[in-house]
Amino acid sequence: MTWFLDHWDEVITLARQHAVLAALPLAVGFLLALPLGWAARRWRTAYPILVTASGLLYTIPSLALFVLLPLVLGTRILDPLNVVVAMTIYTVALLVRTVADALGAVPEGVRSAAVALGYRAPRRFMTVELPLAVPVLVAGLRVAAVSNVSIVSVASLIGVTQLGDLLTDGYNRAIGGELITGILACLVLALLFDVTLQGLGRLLTPWVRVEQARGRPVTKGAAA
Amino acid sequence: MIERIWAWLIASSSWVGPDGIGARLGEHVLFSVVVVAAAIVVGVPLGLWIGHLGRGRWLIAAANAARAVPTLGLLFALALWVGPHIPGRWAFVVPSLVALLLLAIPPVLAGTYAGVEAIDPAVRDAARAMGMSPLRVIRQVELPNAMPLVLSGVRSAMLQVVATATIAAYVGLGGLGRFLVDGLASGNYPMTAGGAILVAALALVIDAVLALAQRLLVPAGLREGGRERIASGRHTGNPATAGDPTVSPAR
Repeated sequence: MTWFLDHWDEVITLARQHAVLAALPLAVGFLLALPLGWAARRWRTAYPILVTASGLLYTIPSLALFVLLPLVLGTRILDPLNVVVAMTIYTVALLVRTVADALGAVPEGVRSAAVALGYRAPRRFMTVELPLAVPVLVAGLRVAAVSNVSIVSVASLIGVTQLGDLLTDGYNRAIGGELITGILACLVLALLFDVTLQGLGRLLTPWVRVEQARGRPVTKGAAA
Repeated sequence: MIERIWAWLIASSSWVGPDGIGARLGEHVLFSVVVVAAAIVVGVPLGLWIGHLGRGRWLIAAANAARAVPTLGLLFALALWVGPHIPGRWAFVVPSLVALLLLAIPPVLAGTYAGVEAIDPAVRDAARAMGMSPLRVIRQVELPNAMPLVLSGVRSAMLQVVATATIAAYVGLGGLGRFLVDGLASGNYPMTAGGAILVAALALVIDAVLALAQRLLVPAGLREGGRERIASGRHTGNPATAGDPTVSPAR
């Protein structure tokens, strides 16, 4: 506790860097996973290929990916870009399947109704299918966010600055307070990501709250 | 640079001796298999028990929440506080193995529980109505039906352990991580990258072996194309990417 009080400004700076290294890949990875997941949904043969490929990418241990990326990207080993790219790869790997399954969970009747109303594919995707997929997408994003926050801390082993530095430094110099602060800061950051995504999900799906308030699904009530 | 990495990988001097690739690879596989086996011994019975009784679900929730703990932090905390209490050369090994075990149990536990939870209650009732004892219901009905999710939990745990064992080299564990950690410390990039390639290859091979085991161990009635799937959806890919509860976020 005293360690944190003496170094809180340093912790905040590191937390900010950590947040960027976790959030930027989350956003970019999500944007990349959307079309890939859509393609996996659209073409039957694409699903096993994309899901297997992303599974293989996720299998590569983080430290190995961090040190191998400079070879592929031509970056220096200390470049934070390696971490951003690695985290983006993990995010895409986790989310491709989520996006495909989330789009698959949109009820066929709703899709058909949109077609009957004259919605063409792009508009149908943006205004009908994507909003209805939000709850499943948010669940996937929450898993990816917590995963990212944890993996980013490993980057301190290759000298990229973030909260993981408190862990390595606390261990190397046997400063227990610093190590504990690092662990707690990572947990708090993961919790912040989780709460933010949950809140975002609620904001984007106002109909869920209406359904809960009425104690029954709106769609069924309207049909009766 | 590629040639220098290749040269390191194929040099016989990199392979032999107590700190050669051969020995390090053996250590890495040994640690991973022992830890995951221990996680199965703890996690599967516990998951079956919680799923069977429907009591103690908080333990599942706690295990899931615990995954937000950064693996690096857990490893360092155990090495710093548990290590000094253990005599001799085990001081470096035991804390790491405990950390790996703590990381391996949640996916196995959550997978087993989810597998039992997803079983159609009618199946369990039928087993009971036929006069099966509770233990027999667990052994002959619940465990086989839960098998697909138990095994995806084991696969997640294995991925997690292989990845974290690499990092554990930093606190003195052997294994392939030595090449990465020592290579980074001494600025020997060919060795670092060579080690990374070996670790990645090992992870892929182990995952492929487990995927095969998953195929062989899942009862015929539950396999793809069999009757209605109890586990959610297809198992074409890696469980780590699935939306199933066994997914292991932190590596």
